[in-house]
Amino acid sequence: MNDITPTQPEETPKPVKPAKPKRDPRAKLYKPEQPLILSSSPHFHAQDTVPKIMWGVILALVPTTVMALIYFQWAAAGIILSSVLAALVSEMIVNRLKGESFTIPDGSAAITGLLLALTLPPSFSIGGAVLGSVFAIMIGKHVFGGLGYNIFNPALLGRAFLQASFPVPMTTWAWPLTARYAEVDGITAATPLGVFKFEHITSELPGLLTGNISGSLGETSAIAILIGGLYLLIRKYADWRIPLSFLGSVFVVSGIFWMISPETYPTPVFQLFSGGLMLGAFFMATDMVTSPVTAKGAWIFGASAGFILVIIRLFGGLPEGVMYSILLMNAFTPLINRYTRPTFFGEIRA
Amino acid sequence: MANSASLNLKTFHRGVHPDEFKSISCTIPSRVLPLPDEVFIPLQQHIGAPCEALVEKGDLVKTGQKIADTKAFVSSPIHASISGKVMAVAAFPHPLGGKVPMIHIKRVGDEDDWQHLVIPDQWESSSREILQKIVREAGIVGLGGAAFPTHVKMAPPKDKPIDHFILNGCECEPFLTCDHRDMLENTDKILQGMAIMMKLLDIEQGTIGIESNKADAIEMMETRVQALNLNFTVQSLKVKYPQGAEKMLIDAALGRKVPAGGLPMDIGVVVNNVATALAIYEAVVEGKPLIQRMLTVTGDAVENPGNIIARIGTPFQVCVDACGGLKGDTAQVFMGGPMMGLAQYDLKVPTLKGTSGIVCLEASQLKSTRHYPCIQCGSCVSVCPMNLVPTRISRLAETAKYDDCKDWGVFNCIECGSCAFVCPSGIPLVQWIRVGKVKITEKQNKLKARA
Repeated sequence: MNDITPTQPEETPKPVKPAKPKRDPRAKLYKPEQPLILSSSPHFHAQDTVPKIMWGVILALVPTTVMALIYFQWAAAGIILSSVLAALVSEMIVNRLKGESFTIPDGSAAITGLLLALTLPPSFSIGGAVLGSVFAIMIGKHVFGGLGYNIFNPALLGRAFLQASFPVPMTTWAWPLTARYAEVDGITAATPLGVFKFEHITSELPGLLTGNISGSLGETSAIAILIGGLYLLIRKYADWRIPLSFLGSVFVVSGIFWMISPETYPTPVFQLFSGGLMLGAFFMATDMVTSPVTAKGAWIFGASAGFILVIIRLFGGLPEGVMYSILLMNAFTPLINRYTRPTFFGEIRA
Repeated sequence: MANSASLNLKTFHRGVHPDEFKSISCTIPSRVLPLPDEVFIPLQQHIGAPCEALVEKGDLVKTGQKIADTKAFVSSPIHASISGKVMAVAAFPHPLGGKVPMIHIKRVGDEDDWQHLVIPDQWESSSREILQKIVREAGIVGLGGAAFPTHVKMAPPKDKPIDHFILNGCECEPFLTCDHRDMLENTDKILQGMAIMMKLLDIEQGTIGIESNKADAIEMMETRVQALNLNFTVQSLKVKYPQGAEKMLIDAALGRKVPAGGLPMDIGVVVNNVATALAIYEAVVEGKPLIQRMLTVTGDAVENPGNIIARIGTPFQVCVDACGGLKGDTAQVFMGGPMMGLAQYDLKVPTLKGTSGIVCLEASQLKSTRHYPCIQCGSCVSVCPMNLVPTRISRLAETAKYDDCKDWGVFNCIECGSCAFVCPSGIPLVQWIRVGKVKITEKQNKLKARA
């Protein structure tokens, strides 16, 4: 198309002015003698950073890890080391594939590897642990977009993958090498929850507290978990509402069943201290990325997870339900966040 | 209620505790800065309509002479802060960024030739209309930082009955101590300024809110309130940021909540800063328009930090030089405190009516905050005094979902910075929230223009 339409009268073509070179808008600004750094307010920041939080969680897991090493010794060391290493290596591979800088220092991959290892049975194979860890990092975390974007807790997703793939090794338990049955019974033993589910025998509390029982690497000693969990709560690396509502709801719901029929159902105290509940309530459910951000949401999240857990334990086919209860609630987290918007300051809600 | 007990510490919900850094300058008495050689007085220093210059290049002006004004109600006139010659009415760098029309005055001689306001002999017996006119003519705006024209605040609409006045002496921003010094040094003037404002509003109840870290100021206020036989309550408040935010202060002191999207006058309260009360006293009793104020020049990059009384329009460089100048590795200079202040790129910018401090920090004070993805920790939610979900609003603004931003209450944000302060991922939450606000306003204006 031409610039001049035929209807217009003839015009002498204007001499084309050379386009002015675009001026750098910054040239207008004053050139300060001393270059000062600009930033958007607030210019101050508190001390906490993502790596600090992540390494704090790892520190909180130290007592549990130490207990696992004491009870299950070389088996524990092998699984924990291989799982953590596999997590770190797969994180690096993903970083390379995505063309981003290495995210190992933020500590999140190490947590995933460690947490996964702590949920595995001591007799589990090292190869299986590596596989689970790789799945947790690559599928559980990075497929969703990496740190902060995953919907499910990666460690639990890794465990769910292993549970689905290797159901028998995942439910074959060994006595701790320090336990009194270790020599008598040989290698395999049922967990307290399994014993109850299939034989209706409740284990004694001292064993559940110290962890001198059969179970996954990191879930046997309630005391070690409580120490680490307390540290998390004090440092505010975990929302206290989640473990409180989770444990509280397990206690109340299982208590109701126990009161209805004490012969059929275990005591709420046994429910609290057996299986992976403590580890799950303090370290898995409180995973910041996959739990609600609002206070009301945290209560709903914990209480619902507790309810689901008791239902699975009492009526499901599996003796344990911590993993599924948390994963289920993870899926609900975006929804919970959306519908628990706090009431604004001064807002009058219709 | 008689005088309040100092132990009764009231406060609001949530908030943060940044390091205070107030001990650097809170014990140093203020000193008057020598008259600057030149001043740059912006035509807009307040919320509302900008002023138009009443003087031209080459005019001689007296200290206190009105040099810019407008007919708009929500605005405030501007006065010459030194006696001298108008060199230019042109755009100069402004502390809020960019270049803004200013009146450049160069001092002539050493005289400080004042032109005072017309004032009554006794303010107690003069009418509210006269007092209100003086407040407007004196160019008084809120000196806490927002710079809202005070005469507008003093004339609430008829359907908003006011019953309580709160004097804001919280000064919750780290580093700043000018309000603290004002309360110690000009106690009586501030109390009388408060009495004038209460006469303007025709109310009886007055509360002075002070954070408990200023124990000497609380004590001083309590003694003087008694000595002057005034019926004010001195309320000590918990040290927490942002205690000095209007809505938080009202909630803490009176337990009343300003409705979302509303103003304090909707619940019958007017809040003003202590420095504003002082300015009102000086205008009504001494006939001085607002041409100077106390400001804190502090931070570890300043050689001799302190509180100075400077003429409005004094370049930052002059204020800083009067405090010994800057150390070699100065990295950042803010107008205001580090939580809500504005970073400056140049020290040629002038002080404004709302400038409460110049904070200069060394490079060692800066923490390089690496940016991590949001890990949904919820820290921002747990500190937001307005009960918002900053992480969500920020993410919605980032992904240009501005309508959703509005649903999540983006306009309730007071930009106090608590969320970004605690964010472990170093996300510029407040920045994104501002983006959201601007974009929504732009869109609304466009729709309005089309309609």
